[in-house]
Amino acid sequence: MSDIGIAAISPARRRKDRLMRGMLIGGTVIALIPLVLIIYYLLLKGLGSLTGSFFTSDPTGSFFGPPGGIRSAIFGTLEIVALASLISIPIGIGVALYLTEYGNESTFANVVRYFVDVMTGVPSIVFGLFIYIVLVLSGIGGSFTGWKGSIAISLLMLPIVVRSAEVVLLLVPGALREAALALGAPRWRVVTRVVLPTALPGLITGSLLAIARGMGETAPLLFTVATANALTFNLGSQMNTLPTQIFQDITSPRNAIVSRAWGAALTLVAIILILNLIARAIARRSRLA
Amino acid sequence: MTPPDTDTQAEPKEQSQMSSAGGSPAEQADEAPNLAEMGVREGAGHAINVKGLHAYYGNTHAVKGIDITFPANEVTAIIGPSGCGKSTMVRCINRMHEEIPGARAEGSVSLDDLDIYGSGIDVTSVRRMIGMVFQKPNPFPTMSIFDNVAAGLRLTGTKSDNLRERVHKSLRAVGLWGEVKSRLNEPGIGLSGGQQQRLCIARTVAVEPEVILMDEPCSALDPIATLRVEELIDELKSRYTIVIVTHNMQQAARVADSTVFMLDGEVVEHAPTNDIFTHPKDERTERYVTGKFG
Repeated sequence: MSDIGIAAISPARRRKDRLMRGMLIGGTVIALIPLVLIIYYLLLKGLGSLTGSFFTSDPTGSFFGPPGGIRSAIFGTLEIVALASLISIPIGIGVALYLTEYGNESTFANVVRYFVDVMTGVPSIVFGLFIYIVLVLSGIGGSFTGWKGSIAISLLMLPIVVRSAEVVLLLVPGALREAALALGAPRWRVVTRVVLPTALPGLITGSLLAIARGMGETAPLLFTVATANALTFNLGSQMNTLPTQIFQDITSPRNAIVSRAWGAALTLVAIILILNLIARAIARRSRLA
Repeated sequence: MTPPDTDTQAEPKEQSQMSSAGGSPAEQADEAPNLAEMGVREGAGHAINVKGLHAYYGNTHAVKGIDITFPANEVTAIIGPSGCGKSTMVRCINRMHEEIPGARAEGSVSLDDLDIYGSGIDVTSVRRMIGMVFQKPNPFPTMSIFDNVAAGLRLTGTKSDNLRERVHKSLRAVGLWGEVKSRLNEPGIGLSGGQQQRLCIARTVAVEPEVILMDEPCSALDPIATLRVEELIDELKSRYTIVIVTHNMQQAARVADSTVFMLDGEVVEHAPTNDIFTHPKDERTERYVTGKFG
């Protein structure tokens, strides 16, 4: 080495570097194992049951005959989550708008933020229980109905929508709000014409992720929607959904019904994967960093 | 001068007639304030009078009692070291200061005889009369070039029968027409920095304010774009009263009729630009303009 004092990397440091890198890569691999296995088993066990009639027939409900497909479950999930989205997305974005555009750092806004965080951590079965007690036991509009499941799911989606929307709205540069205000725009027009359009791709992404999350939830549906076999578009009746279908089928002693559970699980994961891909594609088009 | 700019020469007259008439359909449409009744003189030029202005950010006293008059149809430059309260003072003139959480202002600012801090004054109408151009060009990223210029009219709910005309005229007024006329529907953020800043000035001009405040409008621009904006300021002053905050003393010397030197939240000296730079009365001004501190 020259006399300017820049030393070579010592062998001990090289060893330490190799060790630490090895540990990080090892940890990543361990984390990937269950993910890969889940997808492997879903494909292994589920692909076999994906025949044409699987998507076009309803569960027969009979133990001995042909078990039937999952059409009613797919439609039931889509209907219930659609209603849940209609409830939670407008309210959630509204709350986020309040937090970013009006509440800012006020005490009330911070209390709201705190409760939204708490709601994010509430187990989904608690939302189910809550709706069970408030709406099912009280017998409002029937006992077990699709729309009650929607409300339970929307409670679960709400904090996710609020949090993701708040993050996106905060990314809208303050300079744009200032520019609009300085032109003499009232605040509501600043929000509707500048803030919301700028944040739109991110809002859609966050909402799609909340929808994906809501689709997979079983617990809130078990004692709010109960189950049914037939396809129905009536949210005021009991309905079939993918998660509850899986929940029931997987404990069956009959192989054909168990494999229907795998097929339904694969279908559910595929739907959620597609939603995520759409969300990512939209996020990439976002004009916000 | 490029051909599109020659149109500009003819326009000041049209524009001032329009605003002095006060009866264009646009102004009547959206509960526009009746300026004459409120104490703002008819005609093209309007002066700004600031009296005993104090501004605070929480407990920080940023502007400490300023009295100043910005004469009509003149360019007034405000110079001073960073943190001296220049921007804060200017933001008080169109009440943008109060948009910052925890910020407040005391004292009076009037447009001619209308106290813009008076009770019952709609802050949105104040900002419509007193436009602002910011340090960093900030076109709306979701909007096309056309929509950016039209944004001021749409955001204020101004119903304009001749929106297209007003947008084109504003783009000509800032000398951008020739550069963008073939791509009005492309996004505003696709333009260069200098073009974006002129787009923002066009957006401000389209609302037909009485006064334009500029908060270091060239500090994010290259020298050529800066020169273009300075020429523009010179053209605009026949129609508007202009207040420009700048860090660049050469710029103040080039564009301003009079110059204000501020220090620590107070006005040290306000004099014709030539006097400020050649024989300032205050020693601190002299030390600042000769580069001995700042």
